Amino acid sequence: MPGTVRPLAALSLVAACALALTACGSSGGGSTAPTASGTALAGQSITVYSGQHEQTVKALTEDFTKRTGIKVELRSGDEAELANQILQEGGASPADVFYAENPPALTVLGDKGLLAKVAPDTLKSVPAADSSGKGDWVGISARTSAFLAATGKGADTAPPASVLDLAKPEWKGRLGIAPGETDFAPVVTQVLKAKGEDAAKQWLKGLKDNAKVYDSNEDLSVAINSGEVEAGVIDHYYFYRMRDEKGAAETHATLHYFPKGDPGSLVDVSGAAVLKHGKHQAAAQAFLGYLASAPAQTVIADSASYEYPLVDGVKGKPELPALDGIGTVADPAQLGDGKQALALLQDAGLLQ
Amino acid sequence: MTFPLDTDGPSPLRRWRATGVRALVAATRLRAPAATGLLAPLATAVVAVVAAPLGFVIAQAAQAGWDQTRRLLGRPLIATLLGHTLGLTAAVTLATAVLGFGAAYLVERTALPGRRAWTVALALPLAVPEFVRGYSWVSLFRSVHGYWGAVLVMTCSLYPLVFLPVAAALRHGDAAAEEVSRSLGRGRLATLCRVTLPLTRPALAGGVLLVSLYLLGEYGAFAMLRYTTFATAVFTQYKLGFDAASASLLTLVLVALALLLVGLEAWAGRRARVTRHGALARTAPPVRLGGWTVPALLALAALVGVSLGVPLYALAYWLLKGSSTTLPSASVLGATAATLGYALGAAVVATAAAVPVALYGWRRGTRPARAIERVAYLTRALPGIAVALSVVYVAVRWAQPLYQQPPMLIAGYVVLFFPLALTAVRAALAQVPPGVEEAARSLGTRPLAVLGRVTLPLVLPGLGAAVAMVGLTASTELTATLLLRPTGTQTLATQFWVYTSGLAYGAAAPYAALMVALSVPSVLLLTRRTLGRPGENQ
Repeated sequence: MPGTVRPLAALSLVAACALALTACGSSGGGSTAPTASGTALAGQSITVYSGQHEQTVKALTEDFTKRTGIKVELRSGDEAELANQILQEGGASPADVFYAENPPALTVLGDKGLLAKVAPDTLKSVPAADSSGKGDWVGISARTSAFLAATGKGADTAPPASVLDLAKPEWKGRLGIAPGETDFAPVVTQVLKAKGEDAAKQWLKGLKDNAKVYDSNEDLSVAINSGEVEAGVIDHYYFYRMRDEKGAAETHATLHYFPKGDPGSLVDVSGAAVLKHGKHQAAAQAFLGYLASAPAQTVIADSASYEYPLVDGVKGKPELPALDGIGTVADPAQLGDGKQALALLQDAGLLQ
Repeated sequence: MTFPLDTDGPSPLRRWRATGVRALVAATRLRAPAATGLLAPLATAVVAVVAAPLGFVIAQAAQAGWDQTRRLLGRPLIATLLGHTLGLTAAVTLATAVLGFGAAYLVERTALPGRRAWTVALALPLAVPEFVRGYSWVSLFRSVHGYWGAVLVMTCSLYPLVFLPVAAALRHGDAAAEEVSRSLGRGRLATLCRVTLPLTRPALAGGVLLVSLYLLGEYGAFAMLRYTTFATAVFTQYKLGFDAASASLLTLVLVALALLLVGLEAWAGRRARVTRHGALARTAPPVRLGGWTVPALLALAALVGVSLGVPLYALAYWLLKGSSTTLPSASVLGATAATLGYALGAAVVATAAAVPVALYGWRRGTRPARAIERVAYLTRALPGIAVALSVVYVAVRWAQPLYQQPPMLIAGYVVLFFPLALTAVRAALAQVPPGVEEAARSLGTRPLAVLGRVTLPLVLPGLGAAVAMVGLTASTELTATLLLRPTGTQTLATQFWVYTSGLAYGAAAPYAALMVALSVPSVLLLTRRTLGRPGENQ
């Protein structure tokens, strides 16, 4: 299986190359011969800022340490707060790696020149569309946008053919959205791309009339499950996580997908980057190489976070429909730093 | 001196004492500057540190361009959001003032059965973490949301901030004035309005200030209740715009509102020094409630039931019903120890820092002294993320060795919760009869010895209250904790957050329950420290 072998090989290659590049820049480098990644970097410690599901990232860092001997200090937090923190820290940031939930958080840091280039072999482990076009972050996992409906209600028995339909008057009072979540902006961007700015504005205006606004995807999923609203646009994994917590008997919601090709049928990527001013460039690159390797992707696929792995040959959870049947990857370049979608949402009065 | 019936006091002895003290004050006034020589710079330095986030916000806001300023502030929505913030602040402030004063009056001045138990029960909502409260309401009552939902939830959570200082003022204040008022033929209600209420005015104004400033910058609870305020706009800029400059620009509007509130408090409490003249205050026989006993009991039961019962019920529900409920792992011990350690550290430092500021304002009633004291309150109106990012900004540039070390998190808590400590220490100082320090000095005691042997022992209960108050609030803090903690450190609040953000409420519940349980001793300490021991009137 080439899919499993290649990334592991890449991992050691990356580490060796990066080590050679940075020479004696880091504490463990210099005198040790770069025989293998594990031995050369073992004992170093990197700091990872993570906006991702903590339990999954913890499992990943522990496995990484076991394989390479590189210790990981994990700093979990809200993705946006961590990005703001790195922006304030600037060149003095103790972070070596930033593992984000959405591309805009990474793009903002990249635009400020705070990210290093990802090793080419790491980038090659995942499909090119899943990473930054500039090569300053790599896609690690994915989730899809979906339509969650209260079981048995009209939205469930006759789900909309397109996300654009949700702006129509017949949906008035039946919908919930969480526009303040970073997951909603990509849907707006997709509509913008497919239909143009005026149509996107009209669509948002319709949504504003039709939908109740919730603070978070968690609140929205619970509201749909309780029947407070009939349906909402939400990333697929909130449904599975809620089902795990409430149990099948207490779950009264059904997941639907928009047809492939619809602006609502998108795949959103979570990526990771190496901070340019980090003091452990080689070890940080090794961590990114690990995240894009089959063993790490298997940890992600098996975890309770219900995300899709991106490396060829690693399968997601059995209950998840195949990723390529659902939709296309939201183009990171189009998502940009998220400010365009933000301005549209603000102008529509969906965000303050 | 505003004691309403000051010169009509019944006892010639008391009047003599008062005059004597005044004479001493006059005689020693000339020496006061020497005693406060070090105090002014110390107080100024403390306030400069705790007000540093204001500087950060101003510096960041200056980077927002003119176009962005116009776009952000020119939106019609801004007026709506300001209206929401003002409407909410006014309603909750009024409601907490009425409930806080009413409850304090009932437990301190009436013959209500079980007054001591009620006092503790009424203070206990302080032990419920903010995010548990918001979520418990939303999850149990889906109809609680919007403006009235926010008024309800915030009133339940904040009224103890008014209740405790007012109860303390009533317990320590001299009941003689009220007795005299009654004996002169004023009715019970007239006495309540014209004697008791003015007696508690500084305490009431202080509590109300803490409540209203907090409401300006609060975000999380309102977001959960689906109510947008001006702080929502600030958070949008941080969260989706990654734009500290724009966020800070909007925050300046909150700062302007805070200045207005602080000015109002200064005006309301301007005749603030209410004190007694004798060494011992008189206790009056409690007011008999008669036919009002049952309605009063029902009202208190409803207040406690709503503000304490709802969150406790939700916690129990998550513990029993959530499929993710497990016994928390061994890491819960570490999280508990970290929570207690940081909260206590912050409480002690904040209280110690509050002493010079409060003392300076108390000894020197001058305008600059009061201004310095009030600037310290402004930080409370800043959103937590702004305060945390300002600590990041300062520490990473000028205190690099301490960056993401334990002192940084403690510094963050101190900056955030300094106003709570200051209020408690101020309230205690307000009870100290004026002139005691001067009297001690005139007897030849050195200034520092006066502080150590006279002043501090007199305000010791206030210091205990400050420690308990800051410790309680810091132990449930989340936003600043996530940003400022040493990498890898877990507190109960961060663990709760980890699980709830994965929708695992069952797994999160034990951490929240532990936070509540650990807070109970602090609340007991707080009620005891603030109010004195049961049956004791000193």
